[in-house]
Amino acid sequence: MRAPSGPNVAVGDVLLSVENVSLSFGGVKAVSDVSFDIRKGEIRAIIGPNGAGKTSMLNIINGFYQPQQGRITFNGQTRSKMRPHDAAHGGIARTFQNVALFRGMTVLDNIMTGRTLKMHKNFFWQLLRFGPALTEEVEHRLRVEEIIDFLKIQNIRRTPVAQLPYGLQKRLELGRALAMEPDLLLLDEPMAGMNLEEKEDMSRFILDANNHFGTTIALIEHDMGVVMDLSDRVVVLDHGIRIADGTPDEVKSNQAVIDAYLGVAH
Amino acid sequence: MDLLYKIFFDPFVQMGSAPDLLVQTLWEGLVSGVLYALIALGFVLIFKASGVFNFAQGIMVVFAALTLVGLHAMLRQWGVSSGTIAAYLALAMTVAVMFGLAFAIERLVLRPLVNQPDIILFMATFGMTYFLIGLGELVFGGEPKVMIADDLHLPRGAIDVKMLGGFVSFQKLDIAAALIASVMVAVLAVFFQKTRIGRALRAVADSHKAALSVGISLEQIWVVVWFAAGIVALVTGIMWGARSDVSFALETVALKALPVLILGGFTSIPGAIVGGIIIGVGEKLGEFYWGPLIGSGIESWLAYVIALVFLLFRPQGLFGERIIERI
Amino acid sequence: MFYRETGQFKTTYQADQAVFPILQDRLGIAIILGLAFAGVPLLASEFAISSFFIPVLVFSLAAIGLNLLTGYTGLLSLGTGAFMGVGAYGCYKLATWLPGVNIVILIMASGLFSAAVGVVFGLPSLRIKGFYLAVATLAAQFFLSWCFVRVPWLYNYNISGAIEVPTRTLFSIPVTGPNATATTRYFVTLSIVVLMTWLASNLVRGRIGRTWMAVRDMDLAAELIGIKLYRTKLLSFAVSSFYCGVAGAMMVFLWFGSSEADTFNINQSFFILFMVIIGGLGSLVGSFFGAIFIWGTPIVLKAVPPLFGLSVHSATVEHLTFMILGALIIFFLIVEPHGLARLWQIGKQKLRVWPFPY
Repeated sequence: MRAPSGPNVAVGDVLLSVENVSLSFGGVKAVSDVSFDIRKGEIRAIIGPNGAGKTSMLNIINGFYQPQQGRITFNGQTRSKMRPHDAAHGGIARTFQNVALFRGMTVLDNIMTGRTLKMHKNFFWQLLRFGPALTEEVEHRLRVEEIIDFLKIQNIRRTPVAQLPYGLQKRLELGRALAMEPDLLLLDEPMAGMNLEEKEDMSRFILDANNHFGTTIALIEHDMGVVMDLSDRVVVLDHGIRIADGTPDEVKSNQAVIDAYLGVAH
Repeated sequence: MDLLYKIFFDPFVQMGSAPDLLVQTLWEGLVSGVLYALIALGFVLIFKASGVFNFAQGIMVVFAALTLVGLHAMLRQWGVSSGTIAAYLALAMTVAVMFGLAFAIERLVLRPLVNQPDIILFMATFGMTYFLIGLGELVFGGEPKVMIADDLHLPRGAIDVKMLGGFVSFQKLDIAAALIASVMVAVLAVFFQKTRIGRALRAVADSHKAALSVGISLEQIWVVVWFAAGIVALVTGIMWGARSDVSFALETVALKALPVLILGGFTSIPGAIVGGIIIGVGEKLGEFYWGPLIGSGIESWLAYVIALVFLLFRPQGLFGERIIERI
Repeated sequence: MFYRETGQFKTTYQADQAVFPILQDRLGIAIILGLAFAGVPLLASEFAISSFFIPVLVFSLAAIGLNLLTGYTGLLSLGTGAFMGVGAYGCYKLATWLPGVNIVILIMASGLFSAAVGVVFGLPSLRIKGFYLAVATLAAQFFLSWCFVRVPWLYNYNISGAIEVPTRTLFSIPVTGPNATATTRYFVTLSIVVLMTWLASNLVRGRIGRTWMAVRDMDLAAELIGIKLYRTKLLSFAVSSFYCGVAGAMMVFLWFGSSEADTFNINQSFFILFMVIIGGLGSLVGSFFGAIFIWGTPIVLKAVPPLFGLSVHSATVEHLTFMILGALIIFFLIVEPHGLARLWQIGKQKLRVWPFPY
């Protein structure tokens, strides 16, 4: 895979900052005293061996899990408790390891659900449909079609999701997340289960989303090639602890990281 | 103020002033609770082993009882002189019928629907219910029948115990029902935990595919389980029928097993008993002491409201497994 | 070759998202509406209208109500009968209090009562899901059934416990009560059902329908998109119960003409549920199919033996009907779990490529 040149987007201030966050389930410590930040406009990778707490970290940022300790500051606001739909309102979107699409709906409808937050016409206009509700619907359909063009999935617009192959489902999930026009996009293993060609496509989409829409991206990924090529900075977790934080090159040559991946006992 | 007194104070005063009545009510509640628990037990068996919520359990109870009474009448007609012999012969034949039913259900309903989501299987049991109602009415007629309690030599009469300033009457039949139910529960609990087939049943409940891959025959297991549920239904039908008549009204009573399952959890055998007793006692106490305040007949919905209140505090029931959603 | 979209290009998204984007579909619905409004009253007997067309319309509306809750939002409800009852008794009280107000308005307004009750019994949906929520709706069903008998205020303290529908007129023609003809009642019922089906289809195609389906398919992901689960579920209970309430009011005022306390019992709930299952969960047109099928099958079954010269005891026919209905439900679930609506869709698909096989 050829490495694209470095980030084209000017990386700005801190968008999200995680400070001393700890999370336990019963006796299991998923995340211990982890701190890092994500800057506006960058692509941040979160990597680490299996069970390192990466998905838990994402779930915390998202509001699915509440950490026992620590704080999260997003867009200048520090929060203690957050529910997932608050995170969505705040501008955070996300994809999942196991694709979380609405299987009873078509591709088009799935992406349209991503626009829900932006649709405001109330119940009575919806009942009538003709007039403001329809105008709103068409306006958002336009935006959704832009995303469909961007992801090149025009021909499967009306296909029910259950009939799509895995790679396209993941792409669709990205589309739904992008439809939310998020400030921060969390991607949980977007390349999992893909072949080389699909990975190249997905990498291109992620990069373009970052350049074209200006979306800040945090991604969990196991494919080191992808991580090194795509990301501006990398944070490495192992057994719930942060063991490295820096540019891809710095992290690649960090001994602790190498040990963690090779399974050296420590 | 007066209303508050009536709700929160008066019933307890009434309970205290006639403790023998209280014990009587508690006993009645216990007995009906045990019978609810038996119906719930049938649900739990099938749910535990096939993940199917068998809505038809209630009608199976009615159907089993009807078959027993009907076969007995037929045998008598054909000249079997002794009522007792006819009764036990009919019992054996009914067991065979329940086996046939289990076999037919496995073949015609479960096998074609094997990979469908649970809601589809649940709805299929609706279809079974209506089919069995129609069949039962067609073959046996719709009028209420009398259970052949005497011919089965079920105990009769009551033991009156002098206590707490009055009398408490314990029907021998009720005592027998409670004992039989306890024995059945114990046997089933041991069966599930300790035997090879019991383990296979639990494996099938967990995952059909995984059970198949270790060589467990789903079809055999399902026949076993539905047959067991059929036997439980038969015993329940006999006990219920002996206390009141055998009629299709029993089918709606069987819906009461749902609150029992909510309290006890859908997969716990001891839970079915505990849940049944709580519902039975709660219902009887509510109906007797609070009923006059609200109006008669509150037992038609009290059990559901009790279950509902419970659900709000503990969504998985007393013994149920905590549902953890993995993201 | 008749049912082709060739040559039908959509140039606006509005056209693409219409209810019937294909011309042939538009023709089809026009024909059906024409038959319904003109054909049936002219050609069908009063008896047929009374015993088939009006019931099917009433049940279709109730089935749409249940479908919105169970098919689109995924919340299983066993309390449909009770919600219908609330609408019926609500309409009766409204007719008693406001005798001057037009009965059609009152029928529609009675839906508000059942919407309110529906929301109350939907409150547990914050904490409870799936089967457990169904038990909450069972509680509603049994409690409300009890109220219909034990709260004499509901039936104006009538000794028999039943309600008799008073005569009310529309443009000086009696539409309810003993003097209303079947044809008049049919027109009113049809108009209400067509209007409310149109409104339902608008809801379902737009933002609200999508949020309902999202909650049904994966509520965790729906939360992520920013959907407020609780509000969505309560809205679904409200709208669904509204539809069931209006259907219940129509059942009493425009069909039976009276009602007993036992009309809106648990069996009614199951009846409507079967219609929704067989017709197709999550499909408005399926609600109509289901109603026609479940109401029509017993009628057909009763009519068959006399054709062959057999006289069968009517009780026997009823038992057989139960058996056949039960067996058919199982059959449908095996063959096409998505019901008649899916079969219809498959049929249309085959028609599109006809005379080619695929």
